[in-house]
Amino acid sequence: MSIAATQKRGFGAVLWDYLTTVDHKKIAHLYLFGGGFFFLLGGLEAMIIRIQLIKPENDFISAGLYNEMITMHGTTMIFLAAMPLLLGLMNAVMPLQIGARDVAFPFLNALGFWLFLFGGVILNCSWFLGGAPDAGWTSYAPLSLQSPGHGVDFYVLGLQISGAGTLIGGINFLVTIVTMRGPGMTYMRMPLFSWTTFVTSTLILFAFPALTVGLFLLMFDRMFGSAFFDVALGGNTVIWQHLFWIFGHPEVYILILPAFGLFSDIISTFSKKRLFGYTAMVFATILIAFLGFMVWAHHMFTVGLGPVANSIFAIATMAIAVPTGIKIFNWLATMWGGSITINSAMLWTLGFVPTFTIGGMTGVMLASAVADYQYHDTYFVVAHFHYVIVGGTLFGILAGLHYWWPKMFGRILHEGMGKMAFWIFLVGFHLTFFIQHFLGLMGMPRRYWVFLENQGLDTGNLISTIGAFLMAIAVIIFFINIVYTATKGEKAPADPWDGRTLEWSIPSPPPYYNFKQLPLVRGLDPLWIEKTEGKGKMTPAEPVGDIHMPNGSIIPFVMSLGFFIAGFGFIYQTDHRGWLVVLFGGMAISLGSMLVRSLKDDHGYHITKEELEREAD
Amino acid sequence: MSHDHSLNPATMPEEPEKATLEGKNKFLGLWFFLGGETVLFASLFGTYLALKNSTAGGPSTTDLFGLELVFLMTMLLLTSSLTSVYAMYHMKNNDFKKMQLWLGITALLGIGFLACEIYEFAHYINDYGFTFRSSAFGSAFYTLVGFHGGHVVFGLSWLIALMVRNAKRGLNLYNAPKYYTFSLYWHFIDVVWVFIFTVVYLMGKVG
Amino acid sequence: MKGWMGRFKSLFLLGTLALILSGCGKENLTALVPKGYGAEASMNLIILSTIIMLFVFFIVILIYVIVLIRFRKKKGQEDYIPKQVEGNKTLETVWTLIPIILVLILAVPTVAATFDLADESGSNDGLNIDVTGNQYWWHFNYEGEEIQTSQDIYIPTGEKVYLHMLSSDVIHSFWVPSISGKMDVNPENVNTMYIEAYEEGVYWGKCAELCGPSHSLMDFKVIAVSPEEFDQWVEDMQNVDPDSESLDTVAQDGRDLFEANNCMGCHAIGSSPAQVGPNLTNFGDRSEVAGILEYNKENIVDWLVDPESIKPGNKMTGNYPALSEEEAGSIADYLMQLQPSEITPESAGN
Repeated sequence: MSIAATQKRGFGAVLWDYLTTVDHKKIAHLYLFGGGFFFLLGGLEAMIIRIQLIKPENDFISAGLYNEMITMHGTTMIFLAAMPLLLGLMNAVMPLQIGARDVAFPFLNALGFWLFLFGGVILNCSWFLGGAPDAGWTSYAPLSLQSPGHGVDFYVLGLQISGAGTLIGGINFLVTIVTMRGPGMTYMRMPLFSWTTFVTSTLILFAFPALTVGLFLLMFDRMFGSAFFDVALGGNTVIWQHLFWIFGHPEVYILILPAFGLFSDIISTFSKKRLFGYTAMVFATILIAFLGFMVWAHHMFTVGLGPVANSIFAIATMAIAVPTGIKIFNWLATMWGGSITINSAMLWTLGFVPTFTIGGMTGVMLASAVADYQYHDTYFVVAHFHYVIVGGTLFGILAGLHYWWPKMFGRILHEGMGKMAFWIFLVGFHLTFFIQHFLGLMGMPRRYWVFLENQGLDTGNLISTIGAFLMAIAVIIFFINIVYTATKGEKAPADPWDGRTLEWSIPSPPPYYNFKQLPLVRGLDPLWIEKTEGKGKMTPAEPVGDIHMPNGSIIPFVMSLGFFIAGFGFIYQTDHRGWLVVLFGGMAISLGSMLVRSLKDDHGYHITKEELEREAD
Repeated sequence: MSHDHSLNPATMPEEPEKATLEGKNKFLGLWFFLGGETVLFASLFGTYLALKNSTAGGPSTTDLFGLELVFLMTMLLLTSSLTSVYAMYHMKNNDFKKMQLWLGITALLGIGFLACEIYEFAHYINDYGFTFRSSAFGSAFYTLVGFHGGHVVFGLSWLIALMVRNAKRGLNLYNAPKYYTFSLYWHFIDVVWVFIFTVVYLMGKVG
Repeated sequence: MKGWMGRFKSLFLLGTLALILSGCGKENLTALVPKGYGAEASMNLIILSTIIMLFVFFIVILIYVIVLIRFRKKKGQEDYIPKQVEGNKTLETVWTLIPIILVLILAVPTVAATFDLADESGSNDGLNIDVTGNQYWWHFNYEGEEIQTSQDIYIPTGEKVYLHMLSSDVIHSFWVPSISGKMDVNPENVNTMYIEAYEEGVYWGKCAELCGPSHSLMDFKVIAVSPEEFDQWVEDMQNVDPDSESLDTVAQDGRDLFEANNCMGCHAIGSSPAQVGPNLTNFGDRSEVAGILEYNKENIVDWLVDPESIKPGNKMTGNYPALSEEEAGSIADYLMQLQPSEITPESAGN
């Protein structure tokens, strides 16, 4: 089942293959395509926002539509673009890095993807069914209760379904890393990207349920007449803010930690040096994750929680600067004394360091509660979180894509286009967002449909919009690069970057069973150790033998489809009770698939030793 | 897992260590899942505590709760946890019949618990007019206790599906982890109930 | 390397240029030129934290540039393998401890300022105003003074004024950047903050929490006047008698129309606490129409004829009989003559 064979199959066969796949590498492809699609959608929304703000009192789009744009831009980019793209990279790489043939729950892995996809589709269906959610990605009650139409209902159901998928994905990675590390791959020999995958999955596990509960409460209030946020019946709207940010702040680290991990791997590889202070890096990651759960109320300094709460959360937030600083200095120290190769992957990494440092600095500035009374909910905050999420996460995703593209698809992305996209994007990014720090302090709150004339905000907004266009051009170049590479790209060898970790010891793209023989890991950077002290390639830890593989299944797709259908039932049963049929029908499909999955034994199959030897090399 | 070793060797698949890995994964995966569930219930408890006095003029905790019924429910669920421990004991001894028997008792106790809960809710709604929509307190109460009840329903369905599916084929390395993870889940539900009993009912009755 | 540096340079130049062009923003709106107690407290911390952070940034960039100049792969040394360093305890301790110290330097004044700005002990003797946030306008009730105003809030300079804020619908956030940082206006609990303006002037206030389609149009003004003028204003406002004002004939027509269309169902003139819509007692003194438009008859007429085109989603649209331009003109004339006091935004130095 080599790549050549795949290409010869018909479209239908390929489609069926992807619909039923439980192979983590193919699920990674699905995550990348799904996430990439939503990324383009979110980018389009961003451009519409920036066009609206190109001049004062513009009327490019209406006020209501503008609120839908900002809501969908934020929700899409965070839940449907950044996270899935990261999950895609994790799926593609983490099992290879730890020397595993598969993940712990291949079936659940597929289910996680399909739930994410159908959740995202539900959310975006709102555009065609009476209007998208318009209460901001934070969807604060009671505005989200008051919002007319079904927009916010789509938000609730879409996020609930895709959130369940993410949670499942997180549990899968956690178990995979605990039980399936290869021979000799101890925890403290894992590459940083695998470490951050592990820590991120923990964050997903403990953060998402808070969102789940928040979404349920909002759903009950909107659809079933409960009174959690109904002040007249004793409800309290601040509960939503707490639940949202108890999820929401760890979510920020869910987005940034994987990027930290892959930058660590990339810097180490292209500096030809071992990661400086590996142990400190691991513990800094864990510490950031831990502190990430103690700081949610810094999003709520102006809510009126009182000076005691504000002070505690301010100090806890500032404390995060310490482990983050350790990371920055360790990266610099890794490069110090190295022999640095600068290519596209490394450029995105080098662009990340100063950009993210600015984002981190403004983060500490925001942590100072009284200063935050001015920053809060202004363009300063908008600038800050774009510096960390774009400058950190998106730069990370792009660096990771350039770095691992050869491993995932067997071809190397075009360097020239890669570099061009990077420079245009970098310039565009800083043009767009640097000025926004000042716009915020000059009196421009965020989520403003228009800003007024003669308030000194014109030039800044114009520059910002120009920058946004540059970013859009860079993204287009990147996508052209993908298409070009897919058709005419240079074929990748197994180890194009003189890599250090296990994924570079197997062919590009890897066979579906990953490792014919599991390798014996002798230390951190196992492949590098073999290159410098051994035979230049991994020593097998086992003789060639039968390999157990899971069967593909359409059930994850059907089960997610069931929830998708039930979602529409939930949304529209408030209009007409007849929709309850759809609700129960959808749930029946999902629960039925669950039952089939439970009752039918699935022992998987074996690739025999003979087959492996026939396929070898 | 220790119980794997006590299984009848004849029922073991050819490569026991791989089957064991799947069992191990299931076991660990469920533990992680319960970690997430803990946050879910913690959030619901937090919401309940914030809203328990927001009765909007309707009945309050002291008006509503009767400890006799809740005590009975607690006993039913605690006992069902114990009977599931017996079932796991018999699983480790590879005594499939006894295991099914104790699991059957567990299921009956669970159904008894649910019946009490339905009676309790009906009582509040019919005799006090206290519903999900009455007040923020009502919403929080029914949501917290109802989520727990929903978990009981799911657990019972899981248990019954397991028992029916495997009734004729006995215990093997493939389904043993399934039984085991169910019992873990069931204990978790029990622990959550202990918290509900304390935080909602006892604290509600006292003050 | 040159191209790379050059690009960064041009980027910074462009950014700086933009900043110079726009300055620090519009005076009495921007937080960068603080003119009140809260804004000054925030500005002190902004400056302190910026200095600390620029220090860190400078060090990071210094190392970064040195690394990029000295340690790039060199021609002819493609096979060079650098020494594989595991770490360095001393260095790592240093860059753990220094950030801790820097954070402490910032944390102490932050905590002090947080408690200072939350100190409400002076509210018993001070001026207390109840602030109500509404979609999309603000209402102010001067406690114990029987004065109600909307959109424009008058305060004396050099004195702490205590605001007790509650929302009638969704969450809003009260922000007058030049005078003070913001605080949320929640529907379920009263939040208290104090503001103090150092100088006389008209300060722009904005809603800073997304509250619906017209969130960006929910501006208001804080009009700071000298304590003497403020006392005069209070007296004038207390002596308003909406029925006895001398009006010209057009305005008299407007007043009849105002009553015939039952505008009083929502709007009050005088100290009635009714507040479905903005209180109009001193409408003739307003600095802006609807908080955002220049104050002139044309804009008032536009508002009266079609408020939806000015503030989408407002609560006035559709809740009164349609008005012709002419009728609206008469009502505008009437409203513009509601000028109970000599103390106006102009006199405060708009």
